[in-house]
Amino acid sequence: MTKKIHTKTEYRKAKDKLFFGIVCLFSALTMIPLFLIIWELLKRGYKQFNLDLFTKIAPTSMDAMFAKMSGDAIPGGILNGLTGTLLMLVLATIMAIPVGILTGIYLAEKPKGKFSSIIRNLSDLLQGIPSIVIGVIVYFWVVKPMYSFSALAGGVALAIMMLPMIIRSTEESVKMLPASLKEAGLALGGSYTTVILRVLLPSAFGGLFTGSLLAVSRVMGETAPLLVTALGASAINWDITQPTSAVPLLIWEFYNDPNLSSLIWATSLLLLLIVLGTNLIAKSISRKWKIQ
Amino acid sequence: MKDKIFKILLLSASCLILLLTAGVIYALISQSISAFSEFGFFGFISSGEWDSQNDVYGALPFITGTLMTAVLALLFCIPFSLSVALFNGEYFRGRKIATVVSSVVDLLAGIPSIVFGLWGFYVLRPVLIDMGVNAQGFGVLLASIVLAIMIIAYASSLSTEFISMVPNELKEGAYSLGATNLEVIRSVSLPTAWSGIFASYILALGRALGETMAVTMLIGNTNNIPQSLADTGNTMASLIANQFGEASGLKLSSLMALGLLLFLITAAINFVAKNVMKFVSR
Repeated sequence: MTKKIHTKTEYRKAKDKLFFGIVCLFSALTMIPLFLIIWELLKRGYKQFNLDLFTKIAPTSMDAMFAKMSGDAIPGGILNGLTGTLLMLVLATIMAIPVGILTGIYLAEKPKGKFSSIIRNLSDLLQGIPSIVIGVIVYFWVVKPMYSFSALAGGVALAIMMLPMIIRSTEESVKMLPASLKEAGLALGGSYTTVILRVLLPSAFGGLFTGSLLAVSRVMGETAPLLVTALGASAINWDITQPTSAVPLLIWEFYNDPNLSSLIWATSLLLLLIVLGTNLIAKSISRKWKIQ
Repeated sequence: MKDKIFKILLLSASCLILLLTAGVIYALISQSISAFSEFGFFGFISSGEWDSQNDVYGALPFITGTLMTAVLALLFCIPFSLSVALFNGEYFRGRKIATVVSSVVDLLAGIPSIVFGLWGFYVLRPVLIDMGVNAQGFGVLLASIVLAIMIIAYASSLSTEFISMVPNELKEGAYSLGATNLEVIRSVSLPTAWSGIFASYILALGRALGETMAVTMLIGNTNNIPQSLADTGNTMASLIANQFGEASGLKLSSLMALGLLLFLITAAINFVAKNVMKFVSR
């Protein structure tokens, strides 16, 4: 009898251990793709990852073909993509941050109202819209009325994608502040506006900053919405009403052009480094900010 | 006076969200209306023909392709994301190693879709060809595998939260009765956190449905209903990305109709997930 119980316990323990092993194995397997992807980009991209990548614009298919025929490395870099990405991110940030922060404050100040709950739901709804759908909507909003693909359209599309994230992070970091902070400000005779602008916002700054940075890093690698709004350009463009290139758009171009395909890897490596770098910086700031 | 202006400013920013959503819905409906009036709503979603020459468009192959890839991706991702969630939320909750694992998995979510696509195209596709899945490697299977990797982070980070929210007293009770870790997980943690985990998988499914670039590069882009996992196909999102540039007239409207359908599906999915989560937190 005791022996039977004993073996049953053994069996349960063995099953428990086996399950633990499976959980650890699968968790380890989950981490592998990240390293595989980084490894692949490093392995294939390091050769083209040089100064030219940052200082020259993307080569034409013809130039690349001639270079290939004479056995040289493909000339050129992705400067036009870098400037385009910068331009559109600045545009998107200018549009999304004020609206996002004001809306976030509104939601944090009126957490219970019916209107607030509608806005919160709509913000979640916006966040769930696939990026390509946002792209085609902005096409009809901006590209069609202006008769041209443009950096502005790309910026609007990215801004719409950033907005829900900024609203959410603002609301949450303002809500986390102790009520006494606001009360103290009001008791000192500060007006509502002063208290919010001079007390609440500076105290919540860390949260707002990391939230915005995360939002930027999230949209930086977006390709699909830019494809139907900014289209791409072969030269550096700072005019917001003109078609503009971006780093992900260049990757797409290189992918579709066999002559340029060797540039894909260095470009993707750079994009990945920027995106993951921004992501890590934002997260480390938020960790620090939460501790203090 | 200043306060009033400021309050109006706050309110108007919020109203802008309202306006934005209205604008989104208006644009989708007004642009897709001619496709729906030409083919009829049910005609459009049940027809399998997408023919630019004869100007006849139906959405069925793409709806099928979208659902097939997304659901498959979710199935592939469940064992992994559930393991990560248990690893971080149950076995190693609050330990350093859990932070490391969750940061690595989170970084996976940060990789741009197009880079996933490249990796799938140049690294995973040859593997599938070697395995003899099909001649070119493109297809539903390839797209779903890459999609699964893309959504693991979403599925696991939320479900980790729900699993670690399970009250300690419940688990301690089970442990004191002599239950092993596995038994506690099976009879206490998972049943308690079940609806939250369910909601996070639904959200991950929503992500998979809307993914564009990676799928475009991997699924093969053929306008047929995929008959098997090895078959090529197309999804709603990838079709829009592929054909939007040269489309006009009825074709453009049909693409917008696909956009509207995609919007409705993802909105419904988010709605369900949100209500499940609300139900949990109550």
